Amino acid sequence: MLLQIHEPGETPVPHEADASLAVGIDLGTTNSVVAIARDGRAEVLRDEAGAALVPSIVAYLDDGEVEVGEVARRRLVDRPDAVVSSIKRLMGRGIADVTALGGVLPFEIEDGAGMVRLRLGGRRLTPVEISADILRALKARAERALGREVGRAVITVPAYFDDAARVATRDAALLAGLEVLRLVNEPTAAALAYGLDRSVEGLYAVYDLGGGTFDISLLRLEKGVFQVLATGGDSALGGDDFDHAVAAHFLAERTAELGAAERPTSSEVKLALQTARLAKECLSSQAEGSWWLDLGERRTRHRLDVAALERLMQPFVQRTIELVAGVLDDARVSPAEVKGVVLVGGSTRVPLVRREVEKLFGRAPLADINPDEVVALGAALQAEALTSGSDTLLLDVTPLSLGIETMGGIVEKVIDRNTPIPVAKAQEFTTYQDGQTGMIIHAVQGERETVDRCRSLARFDLRGIPPMTAGAARVRVTFAVDADGLLTVTAREATTGVEQRIEVKPSYGLTEDEMADMLRAGMENAREDMERRLLIEARVEARRVLLALKAAVDADGVLLAAADATAIGRQMDSIETLLSGRDRHAINDAVEALDRLSHPFAQARMDRAIHSALAGRRVDEIDAATRG
Amino acid sequence: MTQLSTSTGERPIEPREEPGGKIDSAGHGAAAGTPAPFACWSCRGPVAVGEAFCATCKAVQPPGQLDHFVRLGLTRGFALDTAEIDRHYFQLQRQLHPDRFAMRGPRERALSQQQATSLNAAYETLKDPLARAGYLLRLSGIEVNAEGCNTLTDPVLLSEAMELREALADATDVASVDVIARRAQVDIDDCLTELAPAFRAGDLDRAGRLTTRLRYLTKLAEEARFHRLRRARTI
Repeated sequence: MLLQIHEPGETPVPHEADASLAVGIDLGTTNSVVAIARDGRAEVLRDEAGAALVPSIVAYLDDGEVEVGEVARRRLVDRPDAVVSSIKRLMGRGIADVTALGGVLPFEIEDGAGMVRLRLGGRRLTPVEISADILRALKARAERALGREVGRAVITVPAYFDDAARVATRDAALLAGLEVLRLVNEPTAAALAYGLDRSVEGLYAVYDLGGGTFDISLLRLEKGVFQVLATGGDSALGGDDFDHAVAAHFLAERTAELGAAERPTSSEVKLALQTARLAKECLSSQAEGSWWLDLGERRTRHRLDVAALERLMQPFVQRTIELVAGVLDDARVSPAEVKGVVLVGGSTRVPLVRREVEKLFGRAPLADINPDEVVALGAALQAEALTSGSDTLLLDVTPLSLGIETMGGIVEKVIDRNTPIPVAKAQEFTTYQDGQTGMIIHAVQGERETVDRCRSLARFDLRGIPPMTAGAARVRVTFAVDADGLLTVTAREATTGVEQRIEVKPSYGLTEDEMADMLRAGMENAREDMERRLLIEARVEARRVLLALKAAVDADGVLLAAADATAIGRQMDSIETLLSGRDRHAINDAVEALDRLSHPFAQARMDRAIHSALAGRRVDEIDAATRG
Repeated sequence: MTQLSTSTGERPIEPREEPGGKIDSAGHGAAAGTPAPFACWSCRGPVAVGEAFCATCKAVQPPGQLDHFVRLGLTRGFALDTAEIDRHYFQLQRQLHPDRFAMRGPRERALSQQQATSLNAAYETLKDPLARAGYLLRLSGIEVNAEGCNTLTDPVLLSEAMELREALADATDVASVDVIARRAQVDIDDCLTELAPAFRAGDLDRAGRLTTRLRYLTKLAEEARFHRLRRARTI
């Protein structure tokens, strides 16, 4: 046979032509970053001007054009109504969540159920579509920098992102034409970037304060294993809150000066936020300053010093410190046992944040990798590990407990927070009325004991339970969380053994139809992409079959009849030839034919093994007997 | 089973290990003769029961029904070294974690996910002494009541539990909560010390009593911790 065979256990790397590059993407609230790793070294991909950060700002112009990043930021001055920023805060959220974020939002929100929609430059857009536009820009940047197609990515999400937000992120990547190799938690990615550089061991905390999210993770590092012990955070807490507090302070001063002015419009709030951010950033390095608010007819001047700024920020920083203490407590670890604290996220540049973190842990935090870039670098390392193999291992956990609604709105927890993923757990539930034939299965996420205090993930209707007396039916509900942190729920009624079909209605996700429409609308070449994906899959499968059969022949060739061997060899060769072509149907058909040809051989191998098991003898003894 | 997904993608997951599920304690070694091999899904040759990979073509196999000790390659018993559990677990996850199969076909990815899920179930059960004790008893056909002290039948245990619980309810400051937490911890350590010889001697009656005691003590320590957090926060 003319086949090359890989060493046992070695990953068969897809054909060079199949392998588009895989990058790491930090899709941030304020800024996004794309990076690539080669031979264990990661680097950030920059634009022509050398900038690493892409502001997560998108402008939707009247001619249908979409601008992302710095150019979109500049549109804030003349077209604030067409510009959107901090869209990550709305990922996987419904309208009630968004109103609960409070304050005057710099968004015009459409009413309606399910996922929120924003009005921007005359268009109605979901956060998923807006995030997809940011991802497209990052993909394009990477392709320009690398001069090759980029089709796959590891995308980071806040550890504390719930299921709906994770699904929304994955859908956004799909819309942008990126295959998601893995969703990795941001603190875990940051630890990876630090750990590989330093080959450290012991307990490490990652304090990640971004623009709109806060994460705290506690990890144990040991010989290339990154084991997350506990994680916590707040997916609506970040540097944006500092800006909002400062902006509110400025606007209140303005109202005091100008009298009871009208409520500021959302465009005016956007400009005030810009000014507030500028003030916050200046006060990281200078003691005081003053800024102009140039809104409507009148300008107002606002003075602010560091002490006043820190008073405005203190409640938010204090909240992060409480969350850190909670996570340490969850893991039964005292601050003194932590060997190092890694700072991640642009908001950790704020001196108050550094002081408070240092005070809690009693040691100066590590920030020698640029906190804006470290997450993308870690994601790039993981992308390389996933595509080319690696010795490191990331073991992550579920950030939030997952449960199911029971009678009276009480949550029955099925999977506790900080459980290692992937995980699957099942629980049995029963009917409460005689003759009850349906059951609503409501999956929720959160730590509280009542449903209204937890986040609703999805509702399913389990129908067709045979009528029985109350309490007789046994409905087994299984929650499974995969390595991306995504939840799947299955349910079945066990008494009758009848399996039930269940309708899924994601509370804040896009429906399959919406997703399909967007894919059609957004990607002219979606069909071509799908064709290519199927071809790659056919090749991967064909190579697996060839390798498996080759291994079987090497091991048990003695059981293969000479005539069969010739036919099988010829068929394998012809598959080899087909693999360099692009006809996936021909490949699949040839693989099926090979399958039929090798069936008697497989049968012979199983027969021998079963006989030897019955006789209590080992295979090699039988072989010896056959040959002898 | 009908597969559900909260999203648009297909995620073929078929959990194999579930708490309260059947445990095939006879599935390993001890049964008369060698258990019949099953057919590898990839090369269709024989694979021995309990093997994660096909010896011939190296394809990952379904996790099957193994007891947690066998799965992690540990000797069945209560006295286990945490570092050794970690070592075995990490070593197996290095081979079986879905990250190792990101470039493989959908079937291998799904199998690796099942394998990693089973490993996590075994790890979660065995690394926690209370869960480990309960599991060992279950392997011997004894159910320890999951609700713990609400249904204590042993009068000695019952009065001890009630006494500690009242003390906790009466504790008004962090210091007195700490006193109770420390006492609970001492008792927990005692239980753990006594459990190993009880299991080794096959004294399941005693092991069962100790496990029940350990369960309510752990719950109490948990509550003390919670109280302490709340007290500390209100100051």
